[in-house]
Amino acid sequence: MDFLNALVNITNLLIIPATTYGAQLALGALGVTLIYSILRFSNFAHGDTMAFGTIVTIGITSVFQSWGISLGPLPTALLALPFAVVVTAALLVGTDFAVYRFYRAKRAVPIIFVMASLGVMLMMNGFVRFLAGVKNISFADGERFIIKARDFKEMTGLAEPLGLRTTQVLTVVVAVIIVAWLFWFLNKTRTGKSMRAFSDNEDLALLSGINPNRVVIVTWVIVALLTTTAGVLYGLDKGYQPYVYFQLLLPTFAAAIVGGLGNPLGAIVGGFVVSFSEVMITHVWKKVLTYLMPENLEPSSLMQLMSTEYKFAVSFAILVIVLLFKPTGLFKGQSV
Amino acid sequence: MTEPFLIGDNMTGGYGRGPDILHNCTIAVNPGEIAVIVGPNGAGKSTAMKATFGMLNVRSGSVRLDGEDITNLSPQERVIKGMGFVPQVRNIFPSMTVEENLEMGAYIRTDDFRSTIEQIYDLFPILRDKRNQAAGELSGGQRQQVAVGRALMTQPKVLLLDEPTAGVSPVVMDELFDRIIEVSRTGIPILMVEQNAKQALEIADRAYVLVQGANAHTGTGKELLADPEVRRSFLGG
Repeated sequence: MDFLNALVNITNLLIIPATTYGAQLALGALGVTLIYSILRFSNFAHGDTMAFGTIVTIGITSVFQSWGISLGPLPTALLALPFAVVVTAALLVGTDFAVYRFYRAKRAVPIIFVMASLGVMLMMNGFVRFLAGVKNISFADGERFIIKARDFKEMTGLAEPLGLRTTQVLTVVVAVIIVAWLFWFLNKTRTGKSMRAFSDNEDLALLSGINPNRVVIVTWVIVALLTTTAGVLYGLDKGYQPYVYFQLLLPTFAAAIVGGLGNPLGAIVGGFVVSFSEVMITHVWKKVLTYLMPENLEPSSLMQLMSTEYKFAVSFAILVIVLLFKPTGLFKGQSV
Repeated sequence: MTEPFLIGDNMTGGYGRGPDILHNCTIAVNPGEIAVIVGPNGAGKSTAMKATFGMLNVRSGSVRLDGEDITNLSPQERVIKGMGFVPQVRNIFPSMTVEENLEMGAYIRTDDFRSTIEQIYDLFPILRDKRNQAAGELSGGQRQQVAVGRALMTQPKVLLLDEPTAGVSPVVMDELFDRIIEVSRTGIPILMVEQNAKQALEIADRAYVLVQGANAHTGTGKELLADPEVRRSFLGG
């Protein structure tokens, strides 16, 4: 019984949240990695792109709600998502035309692109706050729980509760669908292959007649899909707050770099490495240890390695360790 | 004398706004022929070939393909006109499979190119065995075959090879030369730059020795091999 209780505690407070968070990070990191390998720079505006995609989704969701449209048990935001992706894609392609295209024509070095993206980040940041303010917005509707904590306790008779929220399952399902589609697209379609060719060897891709502008636009559209989805899933799960999206930049980059920049599979694995490290280190292990240890060895403190306010230190530490010891990441990626 | 199929006629020019590298340089090739450009390091061999492919500013002179003036076309436009180019380095997509490399070579084609892939596998049988392997994992000689195969996917009317045997062992080099002769037998004119002057001249129907961006000697491969001055200055006696 004690063992089961420990297991339920770990599942409820560690495995489920970390998997959800990992899936959100993986989608974000995929976008970072795509931009890095095809457009060849680290996009600092990524977190604020997620925020933008999310507020557009929130706006469209409230319009739908006022029209009485809903998805029943699923959040209405899911219906608004495709429209928000289109709006975000328009913003990203527009930004590319206004900013990055100029530097591409000059064949500027990557650091100039990074600095330009920093500027884009600040502008997007301000724009998003201008549109939606800085307050926390909760936009999840529909059925909140798949398994309610109290029902679980009554059902199993265990002391530990286990709750499974709709948004958590939704996050994983949507992420799996999008990742599967992305891999199919990159490996099987002519356009996807031309993007990989462009990433592998730009000059030879041009010689082969691949249109660079098309590759760039398709990349931004896919990035819009990835960022908006990641942002909306995160927002449904934890509520929307512009600061948080800006801060998500760090774990997202950590995920992309741990996995190996430019490697899509690495981005996914990296997402989960970062999320599990973060949640494990900030998890309160007291209960688990109480269940598992002999009575006289019960811990009296919380057994928490680091308080949750410092969770970004985990991403930072991971980043530093990876860059010091394995700069190309777990999978074969490029070093920065 | 009739006009050659591809001719870079009296070309003078250099990269971008840089100084002129080529000075009244002429190179040409006809169907069924292998034309080689040899010369000492820094003679402008690769530059001369790149000039025919539109990769530098040709300030005077012209490039004509099948009688058509293509001097002002970009490299991409020349590919569409029927020129195939294999760069010396970075000439494959390393993380993509051999077959994907060939597919990318055929990117501009809208018709069914599966039969072309089969022809290339017949020409380079090793590529058929390695079709699903990442091109970057192959040996140097095999990579060169991928690179040539990729360029052949557009069914070019003329093929340009920039030092196809650079950095491969002598055994592999001989094999590559054999393959190049086979490609030439299919009727495609081949213009290539070579470091290994002796072997290259042996298979050349037409050969150019360049010195400081200008034609120094021109003739068939055999003529140049027999020329005492060419022997003394480039072939080590």
